[in-house]
Amino acid sequence: MGKIEILVICRHEGILQTVVRLINNNPEWNATGVVTDDEALNTFSMLPFKLVLLGSGIEKESEDRLCAAFKAHNPEIIIVEHYGGGSGLLGAEIYQALGPTWL
Amino acid sequence: MAQTILHKAETRGHASHGWLNSYHSFSFSSYYNPQRMNFGALRVLNDDTVDAGMGFGTHPHDNMEIISIPLEGDLEHKDSMNNVAVIKNGDIQAMSAGTGIYHSEYNKDRAHRVKFLQIWVYPNKKNVEPRYDQITLNLEDRHNKLQQILSPNPDDEGVWIHQNAWFHLGKFDKGVSTEYNLKAKGNGVYVFVLTGDIQVNDQLLNTRDGYGIWDNDKFTITAETDAEFLLMEVPMEF
Repeated sequence: MGKIEILVICRHEGILQTVVRLINNNPEWNATGVVTDDEALNTFSMLPFKLVLLGSGIEKESEDRLCAAFKAHNPEIIIVEHYGGGSGLLGAEIYQALGPTWL
Repeated sequence: MAQTILHKAETRGHASHGWLNSYHSFSFSSYYNPQRMNFGALRVLNDDTVDAGMGFGTHPHDNMEIISIPLEGDLEHKDSMNNVAVIKNGDIQAMSAGTGIYHSEYNKDRAHRVKFLQIWVYPNKKNVEPRYDQITLNLEDRHNKLQQILSPNPDDEGVWIHQNAWFHLGKFDKGVSTEYNLKAKGNGVYVFVLTGDIQVNDQLLNTRDGYGIWDNDKFTITAETDAEFLLMEVPMEF
């Protein structure tokens, strides 16, 4: 089975790099990080993402637009709001979103 | 009817990183327990001990209200807003991470460990401007009474955060009892015992036990021994 592809969207580039690095510490996960809406929409169609993490700084209008586009492209996509910006909650958020079969 | 949940001290997650010994009341970092994700808006309650001369290097946070309560020793805080401060027993620090902040926390003392509680509360508003606050509390104001140390209101006692939450500390002599009346409808209270034994309504709690209580307006706390405890009232839906 291939790695679980995770798209991370965060307006804060430094935090984005940290979150991507932390996710990629797990050998079963592969994270792709983007800052802008255009990058997110373009990237989403390029890889079979299982999960999208919404990080800090994303305006409500952008969030709604992105989520609608992701769901239209892949109704099964899991979209999670990421809180905390670092290692503390990241793993639990992903495990909880993926469900017990992925543990 | 009141609903409750008991988290005995020994059931908490535990991580030992050599310089850092941490007990997690809720899932955190490498400790994942789907039954222990949060209590309402209270997401993290870490009971940390940092060795002398050690600490957390610079790391980021966003969209979280982060409260630190030192229990023993001094902890130096530096952040990307150019705040440099030392927090010690009797202080409380609150940080709104909002759109993003970097900070470090070090025990500069070469001889003594630091013990502190690290508490994270989900904010009621995302992407706020990061802010930092720290105050020194009067320890006498919690002797045999509840001392408010945090609220949602900048003009109220204690520090404030972006959430409809109130924290109180109590240091009670054996036999002292009080009633806690919840501040807001829909809130619950997570009781955490720092030292000693207390009774919350009919539930006996020992050192480092946690006890959540919600769907009620008030409850009674009685010190079964000399005891110190922290009450964290937070929204159950947020």
